[in-house]
Amino acid sequence: MGDHIESIAQASYWLVRGRDLFLFLYLLGLASFAFIVTRRLAPLLAARSDPRFDRPLVRLGRVLQYWLAQWRHPRYRFAGLLHLLVFAGFLILASRAFALLGLGISDRFASFGATGWYGSVRAYAATAVFLCMVVAAIRRLAFRPRRYPRSADSILLLGLIAILMAADGVFESSELSPPSLPANSLSWLLRAALGSMPPAILVKLHLTSYLAHSVTFFILLCYRPFGIQFHVETSLFAIYFAKLERGTVKPVAWGVPDAELDKLKSFGVKHFSDFTWKHILDFYTCADCGRCAEQCPAATVGRPLAPRDLSIRARDYVFRSYPVFGPSRDGLPVIGGLFSEDEVWSCTTCGACEAECPLLVEYIDKIVDLRRGLVDDGKIPQSLHKPLKALESRGNPFGKPEKKRADWTQGTAEIVNGASDIGTLYFVDSITSYDDRIQNIGRATARVLRAIEGTPAILGARERDSGHDVRRFGEEMLFQALRDHNSEAIRASGARRIVTADPHAFNALRHDYRDMPPVEHISQTAARAVRTGQLRWNPVESGVYAYHDPCYLGRHNGVYEDPRDVLDSIPGLRRVEMKRCRDRSFCCGGGGLALFYEPREQERMGVRRVRMAAEAGATVLVTACPFCMVNIEDAIKVAGLEGQMSAIDLAELVDRQMAN
Amino acid sequence: MARLFAYIVHKDGMADDSARELPIAARKIDPEHPCTAIVTGWGADLDKVCDSLRPAYGEIWKIAREALAYPNAELVRQALLNVLPARSILLVPHAHFGVDLSPGLSIRMNAAYVPDVLEIEGVDGTWLRLVRQEFGGQISVHMRCDIATGAVLNIRPGAFRAAEGPSAEGQVVDRSTESGTLAARRTYLETIEAQKGDVDITREPVLVSIGRGIGEQENVAIAEDLAEAMGGAVSCSRPVVDARWMDKSRQVGSSGQTVRPKVYLACGISGSFQHLAGVKGTPFLVAINKNPKAPIFRVADVGIIDDLLEFLPAMTGRVRQEKCVAGKEIHRP
Amino acid sequence: MEILVCVKRVPDIAENEIQIDAAGTDIEREDLVYSVNEPDNYAVEEALQMVEREGGSVTVVTVGGEDDEEVLRREMAMGVGHGVLLSDDRFGDLDGRGCATVLKAFVQKGRYDLVLTGVQAEDGCAQVGGMLAALLDYPFASLVTSIELLEGGKLKIGREIEGGSREISAIELPCVLSIQTGINEPRYVGMRGIRQVASVPIPRFGAADLAIDTEMLQARVRRVDYFVPPAGHGAEILQGSREEKVEQLVELLKTKGGLN
Repeated sequence: MGDHIESIAQASYWLVRGRDLFLFLYLLGLASFAFIVTRRLAPLLAARSDPRFDRPLVRLGRVLQYWLAQWRHPRYRFAGLLHLLVFAGFLILASRAFALLGLGISDRFASFGATGWYGSVRAYAATAVFLCMVVAAIRRLAFRPRRYPRSADSILLLGLIAILMAADGVFESSELSPPSLPANSLSWLLRAALGSMPPAILVKLHLTSYLAHSVTFFILLCYRPFGIQFHVETSLFAIYFAKLERGTVKPVAWGVPDAELDKLKSFGVKHFSDFTWKHILDFYTCADCGRCAEQCPAATVGRPLAPRDLSIRARDYVFRSYPVFGPSRDGLPVIGGLFSEDEVWSCTTCGACEAECPLLVEYIDKIVDLRRGLVDDGKIPQSLHKPLKALESRGNPFGKPEKKRADWTQGTAEIVNGASDIGTLYFVDSITSYDDRIQNIGRATARVLRAIEGTPAILGARERDSGHDVRRFGEEMLFQALRDHNSEAIRASGARRIVTADPHAFNALRHDYRDMPPVEHISQTAARAVRTGQLRWNPVESGVYAYHDPCYLGRHNGVYEDPRDVLDSIPGLRRVEMKRCRDRSFCCGGGGLALFYEPREQERMGVRRVRMAAEAGATVLVTACPFCMVNIEDAIKVAGLEGQMSAIDLAELVDRQMAN
Repeated sequence: MARLFAYIVHKDGMADDSARELPIAARKIDPEHPCTAIVTGWGADLDKVCDSLRPAYGEIWKIAREALAYPNAELVRQALLNVLPARSILLVPHAHFGVDLSPGLSIRMNAAYVPDVLEIEGVDGTWLRLVRQEFGGQISVHMRCDIATGAVLNIRPGAFRAAEGPSAEGQVVDRSTESGTLAARRTYLETIEAQKGDVDITREPVLVSIGRGIGEQENVAIAEDLAEAMGGAVSCSRPVVDARWMDKSRQVGSSGQTVRPKVYLACGISGSFQHLAGVKGTPFLVAINKNPKAPIFRVADVGIIDDLLEFLPAMTGRVRQEKCVAGKEIHRP
Repeated sequence: MEILVCVKRVPDIAENEIQIDAAGTDIEREDLVYSVNEPDNYAVEEALQMVEREGGSVTVVTVGGEDDEEVLRREMAMGVGHGVLLSDDRFGDLDGRGCATVLKAFVQKGRYDLVLTGVQAEDGCAQVGGMLAALLDYPFASLVTSIELLEGGKLKIGREIEGGSREISAIELPCVLSIQTGINEPRYVGMRGIRQVASVPIPRFGAADLAIDTEMLQARVRRVDYFVPPAGHGAEILQGSREEKVEQLVELLKTKGGLN
């Protein structure tokens, strides 16, 4: 190597000219990357279809929100901050990286980004990224947050990125006639350290660090598709193509209308290629950050389910069956080979995972598809046979006769008679109709509705279970039978509006059923009545109240404030907020068929939840879902908190306190 | 009137309780002529059984064959066919053996068959009037059965209470030689005894027994708490074992254990005959059930119409207080 | 192995409240839901598992009318290959012996290695299996809780007996077995499965197609009427609030020696 270096391109690296060496290196690197990506695309092409190309503007908007603005990241403050800095750094340094690479081939890139405001910004960005790598490494090695898996992979990646930054820094600081460097940046510090070195050493450092930078760049590029770092490339696409609607479940097969479902050979996911391409993209994109697992109530209580485990295991399976080198072989049955049946049935579809994931990875659709496959093969837990059979023959999971469905009313509601033209229909659903305790919620709701708008009308014996959880447990055809029956009855009633006190029914009518009149939850009705002054209150004497957000009212439908507004408007009512509230609410244990499923777990979700309420200082837990009520009242007993805590439904509370 | 016979089920030299009940049923068919006991078996055990039947039966027909040492219904059927006179009326207890033996026997005898008879009302000509139940005991049925060519009647154990009837001086008649060749295409191999669990419910004086109404595995603890407070143990009915919430060794019933407690709390148990068949003696039977129409209320001494999931914890609390007042220490877990 | 399973469509005991009708002689049938008799379903599952292991096919058969086809279809949705309906006006009011006679005629039309029934139906009689075996002169075993294929055309079976014990026997094929619940975990049949067999043709056989001794169809055992027995002395139902009932019960228990 010579003494004076004006350009990398012209320099000689062991008898090879820089330009030739780096041209070769870059072409090799890019070709490798392209090859790897093509191989990674193969399983997506073999997978099922998934129409995600609609509404491009909305999707672009979400890219700006979730990808560019990293919207979900700050939910975990410190890690979120680190990631924000690294991500911002990567964006800022992108042009610098390319310019730097370019230098190896042509001198025209020499002055790019060296000085001026960009020069400063990127120098500090590189410094920040380098520091973040160090902090992140220390965090993982010394503090070990539980949600991070122990993997050498992550440390290696942190190291490589750190090397990239450092190499850039050394390269810059070892220039013989360097421009002034931004104070206290990495390069500046390195220059201070190296400044007294003889030129010959500096030249060697300059050339070596450049080579190191280029080589590390391409190592990273080609290594990323082999692990969680693939999310660097795939996250943009995953977020663009992410699901737009909330609360729905994907159809059995996109493009196959209900009437033609009978023609399908099989339902659900039984083999890996039964997943859609977007699902497989999700598997690639999961960064194994563990936020979903930490929020997942099933994982928290010791059920054999953690969402990210599904993604990572599936991803590892794809890597093995569709390897970059070698032939594809996909033969393992998904259930039994990749996932266990217990895992698949443990999910309550609460949506905490999907609400938390910074990369918008979807889980509920996958679980439902896996369940569809199991149902198709007849493999459902024995404890679910009876309720499903009862739903089929009696339209409710308890096996009670249809004609007794309206026995709960005791005069508080009227049954729709034949075809009519009622204004508002109160959709009661099964548990409120038949369970002795929950019937109280039904009567309270009816009385509240009567006070606000007149005696409500119900379908009575013509109502069937909404089928909400039948669908989410994978029995799609039974769900459709229930849906079709109910839709018919609702249309025949002429209802122009539906009100319900059951968030599962609420979600079903809003998202699973089609062409329904507008649906409202009783908390929304009550909140509006409070605002218009229709509801007036008797004050509450005592108690500390905490509101528990039901999953299907809160997370899946965004109704957080209305129930709180109602509570806050009641004079004398002292309300506290649990730490996990709103979209971080902790599932009570699940509703619908989940009440019949017997999971393997260390503790009940409901028990966890009532302890959270106790921690927040509450003596009364208010909920707005009949299934939450069942689970929470049960949990209060199991947790030994009787006498210290009680539960009340929002409708019951309104009914009790209203002064109308 | 055709001759009446009572098939005696026995084990280890002891006749089953039904041996004393069948003559009562027989008297309802034919008050004039007592029925004859018919016993199959082998060896000293058989002789012991025959002896024990003397006070209850005028005549006891003994069929002693080595092949019948273990009661294989396929072989017993053949023996009975060879020994019983034409158009006989045979009474058999309706339990595991009777269900195995009788349907086929009735066909071979060209006789009518009525299983699980609860009551015998009388004879009109060749029609015998009886009462059975259907739908798991939810409803009763009046039946009539043509006994012109004989009959096999499986009698529900416990339906005809053995009273202190007229004593007999039974003669044992050996009819073994008439029993013919016994060859069957079903051979007994062995019996696998039920494993005794950690608790032997057959020895417990107080049983808190749970049925389907307990709802789920986790609620079993509610019964356990009460049993502990009362100084007893938890037993259960079949559905609880089928659902794998309790071990089979806790099952009370015709296919489970037979218990003789002083106190039996039937919680969330509907009261099917198969279950109650396992409760012997005259315990103080308390029924706790949400459903006021549950058949158990017909046989219980005391009934409580309430949700067992609420009632039991209330009982437990109160019982614990009792012990407190009595000066005993309570060890809270 | 060719296995025939005899099934019956019954009012579902768990999902119906059985009551006397207005006339006072029959049960109220208007609002009943029907399904396949539960022990029969276990028998079908057992047959399917055996055939999955050993090869062969399963046929289900029932005696009845058009309404009874639905249980045949449900079992076919479970995986049974063939369903057969035995139907005729003369099969109207059969007793157990009559029903077994009709079934026997069908069994003899085919060649079945094994015939299964459920241990009992809603009438609690537990008789058709044993009668069928006697008519066919096949060996029989009731309350079967386990089946294992042995060499030489035999089965090793477990029977449920008193005290929860199991009686193990060897039985020669062809034979008839009545199956007890709990022998296995039947697979689930979803609506989809049922819809897929909704239009599969089900062959029907009447008295003319089967060689039946019509004398055997004369019922010797008949129902007169259904009734609810007078309450008589049942339990003394405790009254009052829960606390009051608890008090009363504690007092009673003390006198009966129930509180040690």
